[in-house]
Amino acid sequence: MADTNGSDAFVEFDRVQKSYDGENLVVKDLNLFMPKGEFLTMLGPSGSGKTTCLMMLAGFETATHGDIRLDGESINNIPPHKRGIGMVFQNYALFPHMTVAENLSFPLEVRKMGKSEREEKVKRALDMVQMGAFGGRRPAQLSGGQQQRIALARALVFEPELVLMDEPLGALDKQLRETLQFEITKLAHDLGITVVYVTHDQTEALTMSDRVAVFDDGRIQQLAPPDKLYEEPENSFVAQFIGENNTLEGVVKEMNGDKCLVQLDGGEVIDAKPINVSAAGDRTRVSIRPERVEYNKDRLSPDAHTLKAEVLEFIYMGDIFRTRLKVAGAEEFVIKTRNAPDVERLKPGQMIEIGWLPEDCRALDA
Amino acid sequence: MTDSAMTPDEHRRADEAATGPMLAADGRPLKASLNRALRRQKLRAMMLIAPLLIFVLVTFIAPIADMLFRSIENQIVSDTLPRTTTELAEWDANSGDIPPPEVFHALFKDMFIATERKAHTRLGSRLNYELTGVSSLFRKSGRRVDDMGEVYQDQFEDLNGFWKDGENWSAMMGSGSWLSAMGDWNGNKDAAQPIFEARGDIASTLPETTAIYSEFASFVLSEEDNVLTEDPWAVVYAALYDDLANGADVSGLSGNGAAELQEAAAAVAAFETVDFTAAFADVDEDWHSIQVWETIQTYSPNFTSGYFLNAVDMQKSPDGPEMRPENQRLHIMLFGRTMFMSLVITFSCILLGYPVAWILANLPARTANLLMILVLLPFWTSLLVRTSAWKVMLQQQGVVNDTLVWLGIVADDSRLALINNQTGTIIAMTHILLPFMILPLYSVMKTIPPSYLRAAKSLGATNWTAFWRVYFPQSVPGIGAGSILVFILAIGYYITPEIVGGTTGTFISNRIAYHISSSLNWGLAAALGAILLAVVLGLYWAYDKIVGIDNVKLGG
Ligand SMILES: Nc1ncnc2c1ncn2[C@@H]1O[C@H](COP(=O)(O)OP(=O)(O)OP(=O)(O)O)[C@@H](O)[C@H]1O
Ligand SMILES: [Mg+2]
Repeated sequence: MADTNGSDAFVEFDRVQKSYDGENLVVKDLNLFMPKGEFLTMLGPSGSGKTTCLMMLAGFETATHGDIRLDGESINNIPPHKRGIGMVFQNYALFPHMTVAENLSFPLEVRKMGKSEREEKVKRALDMVQMGAFGGRRPAQLSGGQQQRIALARALVFEPELVLMDEPLGALDKQLRETLQFEITKLAHDLGITVVYVTHDQTEALTMSDRVAVFDDGRIQQLAPPDKLYEEPENSFVAQFIGENNTLEGVVKEMNGDKCLVQLDGGEVIDAKPINVSAAGDRTRVSIRPERVEYNKDRLSPDAHTLKAEVLEFIYMGDIFRTRLKVAGAEEFVIKTRNAPDVERLKPGQMIEIGWLPEDCRALDA
Repeated sequence: MTDSAMTPDEHRRADEAATGPMLAADGRPLKASLNRALRRQKLRAMMLIAPLLIFVLVTFIAPIADMLFRSIENQIVSDTLPRTTTELAEWDANSGDIPPPEVFHALFKDMFIATERKAHTRLGSRLNYELTGVSSLFRKSGRRVDDMGEVYQDQFEDLNGFWKDGENWSAMMGSGSWLSAMGDWNGNKDAAQPIFEARGDIASTLPETTAIYSEFASFVLSEEDNVLTEDPWAVVYAALYDDLANGADVSGLSGNGAAELQEAAAAVAAFETVDFTAAFADVDEDWHSIQVWETIQTYSPNFTSGYFLNAVDMQKSPDGPEMRPENQRLHIMLFGRTMFMSLVITFSCILLGYPVAWILANLPARTANLLMILVLLPFWTSLLVRTSAWKVMLQQQGVVNDTLVWLGIVADDSRLALINNQTGTIIAMTHILLPFMILPLYSVMKTIPPSYLRAAKSLGATNWTAFWRVYFPQSVPGIGAGSILVFILAIGYYITPEIVGGTTGTFISNRIAYHISSSLNWGLAAALGAILLAVVLGLYWAYDKIVGIDNVKLGG
């Protein structure tokens, strides 16, 4: 959270807690600062409290403890309809008894906007999502993707500064999803709006967002831009949750500055970068991304520690090769190599030696 | 037309034109073999539902059809007074004269036969619906027609002892085959008595006598008496007089009674006759009232619109239908009251039921189920008990008035009249019909996701706007279904208005019940019922036109 501070935050969660039943905390001590114009994604497994956070922000649930501020003002003092927050619901929530145009015109009507102005804005919003010809239809007469676009247009038509989207693409097929992901990011960028986007699809989170908040167990596990999240996970949950990841368990043997030696449970010793281990003797779980594992000796430094590995499976995937290895007793160790002319194609049963740069292997919490 | 501009249907037709209809594997047209396969399926399905279908037809459609028929059926007048109505057809009521003597003559015969059959009082009460006093007029006349007939009977009997004996009559009137069949039957009374058959030559010379004797014979038969020995009615003598006086040629007859007939034919010219016009006036002056005859003439046809006219406070008159006098009008007011009160009840049910259904739909399932039991509780109590409970609650010294007095809202000496009037009916029926509003409303509301309301609020709508513009329109199908249910139930409700309605709070159905069980005017009851049915169907149709019947939902 180094790149933002409380003073210029547009959306701010200040030590927010939430319990529905008075027994379990669904959201535990949530702190979040968002500057204007940011596209922030909440990513996390099912039941981790993402929707709850969104609902508190929109004003449909109240925080049990703590304060949520919008543009510096506590949200408890503003009734939901005055917050000016656009919202796209998981099931779209398009009003079935109104046509598409009436749906879009609704937020303008309740703002007492004149008829000609309304029509103009509705038309512009429909064109924006390339649905100009569908104004007269009912939501039930639209496909899922079209409904999604309308829901988006409706959330944007009254020009809110903050838009919340709760898994808006959850029900769509892969191709449509990718198109819409692109369109949503582009729109958000062009209009300069602040977006809180909820998903449990990590690819979506990584491709769309300025920053991603990884949720688990009612807490933000890490809040960082996508690249940092992927390359520098701060704990083993994030490392596991984001992208493919190999983990090995062991004990820190020796700390020296930004490097350390880890003795795996099988006795082997490897290089690693200490992230949240502090002293020798700590149990740790090291994490290495599959594409950072190297088995070509020439590319490793001479003093690098290496591990013996047995090839279990070699899968040709076109642009890459995916190889499953047995390393230090673990059979789910995966490496990925780019398909290049000089790369050797491994065979099952073959014994190889693998290694990595110490900074690519992160020693995290156990 | 280019290929791409064709609709799929046009494509298909174009294909058919080119290659003929699609054929199934066995070479038949695909459509025909599909129809055949479907027909077998349909037949099998029909057999499954046949018991229900028959049950519905017999117990539901048939009574309604019968009711509709009864509301226009009017055969009783022409059945009971066939000769009179035929003669009366010529008579012009506007002439100001009473009907000609032939009508009275016919009336005598009809009335005589009807009296023997005890049918005249029934006709009297039927015509009494249209003109009060006819009932007693008929009853009085029934007692006196015998005297008129006896004038002729006595003269024939005085002329010759032969006429006194019923056996002589039957031997004269009956055909040979009938007489021999009767002989067989006499020997073995277990069998059914043969049906009377007139002798051919008698029937052609004495038509009137034959006709009336036949009626007499079939009546005796239906009474299970012996036609051979029974003495004929006096009216048979009168008919014989008519035939003979009209110059029937009996000289050619032979066989039983021929000689006596020839003797009588010579004697009738000197017979004393009865002036029926005067005789009936003697029975009752009303027989010379144009109005009585007008009524009989108006209701002579087999089918009448009279019941329906009565049901809308109109009556027939020589100049076509006209409104009844002010003090006899009742039904339109009752229909209006029924409609008005049903609307009020429906509206109160919406008002009370909507919030309840809303709460039920928004509570957690466990609590909602518990409350639902409370809503359904009234269904488990007898209707009579519930209605009577209201009687206790609402009376002048009842719980409600006591509470109001105790609270000081009304003074003790001006307690509210809440029962035996419209207020009572509306209160009690709203309570009784409320579940029929709540249930469809609840099941419709249950299907409206809460996210719509949230979406509306997030778009800037206040609570009220969100409810009114987003939630309410989606609950309209529930209101529609509930209103149709409640309104249709209310419009035909009978028990509750009867108990708590007093005189000002009763419905048209109470009037129908009165006509069915007390006044026995089933035709009018049927006409009122038919109008009620038409009104309900009409409203249903109007609802379909305005709101659309697809918009009625009894559940998700
Ligand atoms: N209205 C509610 N009453 C009680 N508990 C609730 C309610 N809504 C959510 N919860 C609980 O709170 C927790 C978090 O729910 P939430 O809907 O925020 O999860 P989520 O992160 O959005 O999950 P998903 O990805 O499946 O949508 C869950 O354990 C859920 O059971
Ligand atoms: Mg959710």
